[in-house]
Amino acid sequence: MENKSCCTSGNARLNTGDRKSVKIRPRLKAANKNCTGVSGQKDNTCCCGGSDNCSSEPVTNYDRNIPWITGEIETAAGKIPQVATRLLRSDILGAWKVRWGIGRMNYKINPGVYAVGIPDRASPVLVTANYKLTFDALRKELSGMNVWILVLDTKGINVWCAAGKGTFGTRELVNRISRARLREIVEHKTLILPQLGAPGVSAHEVTKQTGFKVVYGTVRAKDIRSFINSEMKATEEMRQVRFTVYDRLVLTPMELVGTFKISMLIFGILFLINLVARKPFGVMDFCAYAGAVAAGCVITPILLPWIPGRAFAWKGWQAGLLWAIALNFLNGWIGPEGLSLLRGVGYLLVLPSISAYYAMNFTGSSTYTSFSGVLKEMRLAIPAIILSLIPGIGLLLADSLIRF
Amino acid sequence: MRHRYLKNVATLKLDEEKCKGCGKCIEVCPHKVFALRADKAEIMDRDGCMECGACAGNCPFGALEVKPGVGCAAAIIMGWLTGSEPSCDCSSGDSSSGCC
Repeated sequence: MENKSCCTSGNARLNTGDRKSVKIRPRLKAANKNCTGVSGQKDNTCCCGGSDNCSSEPVTNYDRNIPWITGEIETAAGKIPQVATRLLRSDILGAWKVRWGIGRMNYKINPGVYAVGIPDRASPVLVTANYKLTFDALRKELSGMNVWILVLDTKGINVWCAAGKGTFGTRELVNRISRARLREIVEHKTLILPQLGAPGVSAHEVTKQTGFKVVYGTVRAKDIRSFINSEMKATEEMRQVRFTVYDRLVLTPMELVGTFKISMLIFGILFLINLVARKPFGVMDFCAYAGAVAAGCVITPILLPWIPGRAFAWKGWQAGLLWAIALNFLNGWIGPEGLSLLRGVGYLLVLPSISAYYAMNFTGSSTYTSFSGVLKEMRLAIPAIILSLIPGIGLLLADSLIRF
Repeated sequence: MRHRYLKNVATLKLDEEKCKGCGKCIEVCPHKVFALRADKAEIMDRDGCMECGACAGNCPFGALEVKPGVGCAAAIIMGWLTGSEPSCDCSSGDSSSGCC
């Protein structure tokens, strides 16, 4: 509801105070959860109407034993955790795990304010999401700088996706400015947001409600240093989203993980069919399927701009068709020495459809597909996939079950 | 190599009457869809638009209109199956209730 409710009424200039970084003594005994502030209360105490207990809420809840927290900065609003700009092995391992979908939906840090270097009341404020992969990507680009990072609660989702959903949005930003008592931490009124946060945020609304001016920084964290150094000017190149081979490659493990459930289902059904089959499904069929999945989930994403056409399903279908042809070829074609006619043609109908379907799902990971476009693609692709799958599956089953 | 998606589908609209040429849309667009010409924004590359909605939400004069949505087939399929609006909730399951 009303955005002004949360937790502050900006007596900014209380304490222009001396600010210094305090090194954390290694291993404080006990009480290591949520150690700032008075209470051990968790972060979910929001909308505290009564302003009394509000002031006791720490700006950022943090655990001093977290390896990437290196110290604390004293401010008028309380202690602020200072973070490292070099990633540790544990950060890199964490990133690798979420790329494979392990604990991906719970890889988050507490929202609030963090310090990089020894920032003061005039230091820039960068805003980001609380997905740790995002936070790490940002802080590793900030070595040697003195800045504040305002972390919004995006439920552990990256900036762009959260902006699309609205969790990286005007409302959360307005609330977080209050709850983190930003007015007591800095004296200026400028926030630097990632450009990809723009779908969720209305810059002029934020200014209207908080007085803070929103400047959209660059798309990529690695450009933020030169953006700040060049009086907040971004080049055209810094404003454009890319989708490089590497960008696509790191997404492919997640695509593969995403096929796991449905693949298990298919294998289960084939196992049951094998109980009565004349010619059971075997290693070859497994390879055929695995190849079709790889064509859709790995090969198509990697070769994306070089495969002819625009629709993802169409690109995937072509990759799958090549695979089906290659498979038939490796089996010595159709004939007495090779595959039966039914199986050969069955592969040609089924495998490209599988690849097309998985490639179509990659639209969600891409950086340039529109809702209207995907809808149009699906209206054509899904019927085509079904029309090709049904006779194809029929042929494969006939080959397996019936003696001719 | 530049990625291009389907042509003539984007729902992006610009009302030139309302546009004051502030250039905010150029600042937020991730695909260089706009350019400033004679102190007005102009749509240079409509087919480059991915309907993220950044320009419309940040236009102080309400001169831009676009139907934002997720360009994600899996989300649209889930939307069809569950009868809800397509959203990026892939592997949601996390139900930490939002506050306020």
